[in-house]
Amino acid sequence: MATTPPKIKKKSFIYHIHPPVIPENTLKFTHTWGFGGSALVLVLMQIVTGTLLLFSYSPTPEAAYPSIMTLQQVILFGRLIRNLHHWGGHFLVLIVFFHMLRVFFTGAYNSRRKVNWWIGLGLFLCVLTANFTGYLLPLDQLSYWAITICTGMFDYIPLIGTGIQKIILGGTEIGKATLSNFFAIHVALVPACLTILMPFHFWQIRKAKGVIYPGPVDTPGGNEISKVPSVPHLVTREAAMALAVIAAVFLFSVLFNAPLADSANPGLSPNPTRAPWYFSGLQELLQHFHPSVAVFVIPFVIVCGLICLPYLNFDKEVGGVWFLSQAGRKIGIISAVTAFVLAPVMIVLDEFLFKTIKILPDWPPVVTSGLIPVALIMGFVFGFYQIVKQKYGASREEGMQAVFILLLVSFIVLTVTGIWFRGPGMSLVWPWDRLTTQIAWVK
Amino acid sequence: MMIKKDQLQTTDEIFETRRGFLKKLWIGLGIVALLEIAGTIAAYLWPGNRKADAEPVGRIITAGPADDFEKDSVTAFRRGQFYLVRLADGGFMALSRKCTHLGCTVPWVASEKKFICPCHSSVFDVSGAVVQSPAPRPLDMFAVMIENGIVKVGTGKKTKRSGFDSSQVVYL
Ligand code: HEM
Ligand code: HEM
Ligand code: FES
Repeated sequence: MATTPPKIKKKSFIYHIHPPVIPENTLKFTHTWGFGGSALVLVLMQIVTGTLLLFSYSPTPEAAYPSIMTLQQVILFGRLIRNLHHWGGHFLVLIVFFHMLRVFFTGAYNSRRKVNWWIGLGLFLCVLTANFTGYLLPLDQLSYWAITICTGMFDYIPLIGTGIQKIILGGTEIGKATLSNFFAIHVALVPACLTILMPFHFWQIRKAKGVIYPGPVDTPGGNEISKVPSVPHLVTREAAMALAVIAAVFLFSVLFNAPLADSANPGLSPNPTRAPWYFSGLQELLQHFHPSVAVFVIPFVIVCGLICLPYLNFDKEVGGVWFLSQAGRKIGIISAVTAFVLAPVMIVLDEFLFKTIKILPDWPPVVTSGLIPVALIMGFVFGFYQIVKQKYGASREEGMQAVFILLLVSFIVLTVTGIWFRGPGMSLVWPWDRLTTQIAWVK
Repeated sequence: MMIKKDQLQTTDEIFETRRGFLKKLWIGLGIVALLEIAGTIAAYLWPGNRKADAEPVGRIITAGPADDFEKDSVTAFRRGQFYLVRLADGGFMALSRKCTHLGCTVPWVASEKKFICPCHSSVFDVSGAVVQSPAPRPLDMFAVMIENGIVKVGTGKKTKRSGFDSSQVVYL
């Protein structure tokens, strides 16, 4: 390709989005996995299906649930549209999360891509907010209680928490004002923010001269990068990915119906009551830590870490290589295994040992289940970083990546525990036992 | 603010200062306008300001004659979202049914004589005190008044408390 200059179509609308030629190497599927493009397709699908839902949904406490019933049982294809919107929203969280991991592990967030990382964080916030506000809209038992406990978490944020909670709920309990708030945020505010941020996101990719080049750019051969025209090489790949995503969401929506429980009943909390799955890691933290640590300190530290990420790393350009280097991969696997073993052990220990045997019975809970565990964890993470650096000779970047993987895998373990290993009364159960107890409970 | 003309060398500089001043004025006005807009939006959105949000004003619910409630019993009042508790010694308490952990509705489990939250298994005794965490504090209370042997509960204001003591109980 490099010897004969590629033939380029002169005019195309595509050139407003893509440059006419792009480095051939960036086209490899396993470089980006098409996650960003899939996220875009899903957002567009949400806007289409959401708009269709608007024609039959009524945002008042009395009419919301009946309107969903009518949608599902009377209106032709109503159930399909709801399924598409429901599963599309859930897929979107997953895909955007994977996209973020891709960007992190290929080191595509520093220097020229710094601003785009922050825009991405804004997009992530939009997607989570959309899902969270959408969750309430059907106003069944699932949504009512999931939103109750999620907004209940705000109570534990010092000073401003109760105020924020009151603003979100528009009062002290879920009611007419809450539904108006959530509806307005869901169908106007979030789509508006997405529509502004997404083009900005794409323009920044172009400004950074395309997605990160797979491999160090500053090698002597850097000038000989072989280039291909983006039409058709890039656009056909994008179109194929888009079609695959659309097909997957349709298939899923035909096979599985979106859940709908009984109409919301403020007098009866179901057992167990769960947060939506993407917040079940947070809910699981609440089982183990003092609430102000679980819903404030830990999320605060994570968000700060994500915002500061572009500043922490990289004095030199090492982006483009998955997991930085061969050593980075090895250390990464060690971190992942460590977290995968330690996190479940800690969960079980806490559940069955520390809950029954109080080690410091006279101390306030803020200290025993707040400060002390946090100090221990911070000590462990720091020690782990030092060991990785000294024993395996990790560079600063590789050490940071190891810590990131440690926290990431722990978080995934917590989330999985919250989704599949919590039964009635939030006790730890095996997933297969959970199924049978749930069936018994429904009877 | 006054700048004497002869202190400036050229007309250009005069224009520069004027322009600089006007520019600052514009920016200042712009900030004021933005603050006004933000303030208006905040005031509009503030809970309780929109008519639809207005919470029912503190009502007083008449529970009934004190003698209708047996000692050591718990009666649920759906309308006021509270439990009227009569302790073994005959004292009354009105407890909010909202779990102090994350806000689920706590049912009274008569067979165990405890409030057991279905959401994360907090347990409260008959006086609302925490028997088992994660709930951080006892169930909140409403004011109980007994007039001429009739028990009334004011549902306007919830009282938070850190523990149980006998001053919280109202006697005939
Ligand atoms: C609605 C959500 C999002 C959409 C539609 C989106 C879309 C895209 C697309 C299409 C790309 C091109 C390359 C690729 O597919 O990977 C991209 C790149 C990028 N995204 Fe996103 N993204 C979203 C969310 C995020 C999030 C949550 C982050 C991180 C916090 C992020 C950070 C980035 C960065 C830094 C790049 C440049 C990567 C590089 O140069 O290699 N994006 N995004
Ligand atoms: C990023 C974009 C979006 C996400 C992630 C999202 C997510 C969700 C979720 C998870 C639900 C709950 C579905 C259920 O359980 O039944 C929902 C409901 C709803 N959404 Fe969205 N949504 C998005 C955009 C939109 C847009 C743009 C509109 C309209 C313009 C919209 C309108 C609705 C309506 C009317 C409902 C209520 C119907 C129902 O509950 O099935 N959504 N959304
Ligand atoms: S809400 Fe009652 S224990 Fe969590």
